[in-house]
Amino acid sequence: MSTLEIRNLQVSVNTDDGMVEILKGVDLTIKSGETHAIMGPNGSGKSTLAYSIAGHPKYTITGGTVTLDGVDVLEMSVDERAKAGLFLAMQYPVEVPGVSVSNFLRTAATALRGEAPKLRTWVGEVKTAMEALSMDPAFATRNVNEGFSGGEKKRHEIMQLELLRPKMAILDETDSGLDVDALRIVSEGVNRAKEANNLGVILITHYTRILRYIKPDFVHVFANGRIVEQGGPELAEKLEANGYADYVSK
Amino acid sequence: MSVLTTNYLTPTGREEAWRFTPLKRLRGLHDGTAIQSDRESLVTKTALPSGVTFTRENLEPLSASDDVIIERVRGASSAVAHLAIAANSEFSEPIFLGRSVGGLDTAEFSRVRISLGTHAVATVIVENTTDTVLAEDLEIYLAPGSNLKFVTLQEFESKSVYTARHHAIVDKDATFKSITVTVGGDVVRILPTVAFKAPGASADLLGVYFATAGQFFEHRNHVDHAVPHAKSNVNYKGALAGQDAHTVWIGDVLIRAAAEGTDTYELNRNLLLSDGARADSVPNLEIETGEIIGAGHASTTGRFDDEQLFYLMSRGIAMADARRLVVRGFFNEIVSEIGNEEVQHRIMDRIDNELEKAGRNV
Ligand SMILES: Nc1ncnc2c1ncn2[C@@H]1O[C@H](COP(=O)(O)OP(=O)(O)OP(=O)(O)O)[C@@H](O)[C@H]1O
Ligand SMILES: [Mg+2]
Repeated sequence: MSTLEIRNLQVSVNTDDGMVEILKGVDLTIKSGETHAIMGPNGSGKSTLAYSIAGHPKYTITGGTVTLDGVDVLEMSVDERAKAGLFLAMQYPVEVPGVSVSNFLRTAATALRGEAPKLRTWVGEVKTAMEALSMDPAFATRNVNEGFSGGEKKRHEIMQLELLRPKMAILDETDSGLDVDALRIVSEGVNRAKEANNLGVILITHYTRILRYIKPDFVHVFANGRIVEQGGPELAEKLEANGYADYVSK
Repeated sequence: MSVLTTNYLTPTGREEAWRFTPLKRLRGLHDGTAIQSDRESLVTKTALPSGVTFTRENLEPLSASDDVIIERVRGASSAVAHLAIAANSEFSEPIFLGRSVGGLDTAEFSRVRISLGTHAVATVIVENTTDTVLAEDLEIYLAPGSNLKFVTLQEFESKSVYTARHHAIVDKDATFKSITVTVGGDVVRILPTVAFKAPGASADLLGVYFATAGQFFEHRNHVDHAVPHAKSNVNYKGALAGQDAHTVWIGDVLIRAAAEGTDTYELNRNLLLSDGARADSVPNLEIETGEIIGAGHASTTGRFDDEQLFYLMSRGIAMADARRLVVRGFFNEIVSEIGNEEVQHRIMDRIDNELEKAGRNV
C-alpha cells in the first residue's frame, strides 16, 4: 500500500518575462488502487503538475511538498523518482533518434529492476506487452517515438506502464488522439496495470469517454493552478454538460 | 631518410584553407621540417580474394590538388600502394586495409590508389591505428557502373598527426559511399572530396567524429559537380567534450554551369557535450546553374536535448546512461551504415569510452 501526497504545491516556470507562477497550491492524496481523474481547461496547469511530480527541470518548485510513502520526492533526481515507483505517461512523448524501442525498454527495465532481465523471458515479456496493445512487433526495432503517429505514441507509453510496473502513474491526456478502438485497447492496458500492481492513477483528461473504461474513484476540477472542486464520477458528467464556466470565472 | 626541401608555399594560417588548423601541432608536415621516414605502413589485413590485387607501383596522380601537404607528399614519393578491384567482380565481405606501424619522430608520406573496374562492387575498410605522423594522398577511381563503400577509421593513439586527402573520381553511373570515422589522434585533418566525371554518378559522404579535451579534428568536404545529372549527399555528425576540443567541418559544394540536373544536400550536426569545446561548421554552396533538381544545406550545433534526457530518465535510466544512449543514438544513424557488426561495435565502444573519459573531466 502506497500513498502519494501532494501538499500546497507551488510551481513556476522561467520565461522571457521572468518567473511565472503556474501552480498555486495543489493538494491531492492518491493511494494505491485509487484512480483520480483531473479535468480542467487548457492552460490551467495540469501538465505542469504532472511534470513537476516527475521532476522535469523546466519547472521550479517554489513551495509545498510531494511525498511517496513519507519520502520526499522533490529531493530526488528524475530517475530516482522512477525507481521509487512513479511513472508519467506524457501528453507529448519525446522522440529519441537512433535509440531503438527494444534497447530503450531493456535499459529502463534493467535500471528499474536493478538487474538486466533474462534475455529469454524478456523477449517474451515485450512481445506479450506489444500484442496486448495491438502494436506491430516491428515497433521494437524502430527508434523511440520517431515517426510514431499520435495514437502509436500513446500505446507505447502504456506498454511501458505495463512493462515497468510502477506504483503510481500519472497519465497526461493519454486518451487524446486515440480512435475508438485504440481508446478501449489502451484503457484495458491501464486496467491491467491497476489490477496487476494495485496501481494508483492520476488520469488527466478532457473527456468523459475514457472514464467509461477506467472508472475514477474521484474527480477533481483543476482551474488556474489549483484544484477547485472534488467529487465522484458524477462530477465528470456535470462538467461535460456545463463546461468550466463556473470555475474559471471565480 | 631525408629532410624535405621547402620550395613549397608554407601556409601561415591566414589562408582560407588553413585558418582553423593549428599549424604548430602538425609536426612539420606543412612547412617541410618533418623528417621523411621510409615507412610503408599500409597493408592488407585479410587475404585478398581473387580479382583484387594490392601492389606498390609508380603512378601519376589522377587529380590536381592545391593542398600544400599533398603536393609535398607527391613530391616526396612516386610509389603508390594500389588496391585494384577487377571489373565485374563483386564482394560481399569487406576488404580490410590497415596500418599497425607508426612513429612520431619521423613522418610517413603515403600515396594510395583504390581503383574499381567497370561494374565492380566492393567495400573497403581502412583501419588507421597506432601513434604516427602521416600525410596521405589517397585517390579513388570508380569506373562506370561500379559501386564502392569506402570506410576509413581514424582510431589513432593520442599523439598522432594525420593530414590527408581522400579524393574520389566517380565515373558514369558509379556509386560512391564514404564513411569517415575520426575518434583518435592529436590533429586529424581530412579532405574527403569528390569529382564527378560523367552523368548518373552519385556520392554519399558520411562521417562521424568525436573530439575530447585538446583534440583537433577537421573535415573539409568538397564535391565538384562539373557534369550533369549527378547526385551528392553529405552528412557529418560530431560530438565534442572537454576543454579545447575543437572540430571543423567545411562543406563546399560547387555546381558548375554544365551541371544541370544536379541533386545535392549537405548536413552537419554537432553535439557540444561540455563547456570549453568549439565546433566550427561552414556549409558553402556555390551554384552556377539554375537547372537543378535540388541543392540545400543545414548545419546545427547544440547541446543535449533536455527533453530527450528527461524522457529517458523518467523511465529510471540514470543521467550518465541516458547521455550515453542519446550520444550512441546520435551517431548510430551513420555508424550503422558501415555494415560490419564488429567494426560498428568497436566504434560505438570507443565512443562510449570517450564519453566516459570526458565525463570524468567535466
Ligand atoms: N516555458 C513556458 N513559458 C511560458 N509559459 C509556460 C511555459 N510552460 C508552461 N507555460 C504556461 O503554463 C500554463 C500551464 O500549462 P500546462 O501545460 O500545465 O497546461 P495544461 O493544463 O496541461 O493545458 P492543456 O489542457 O492544454 O494540456 C500555460 O498557460 C502555459 O502557457
Ligand atoms: Mg497538458
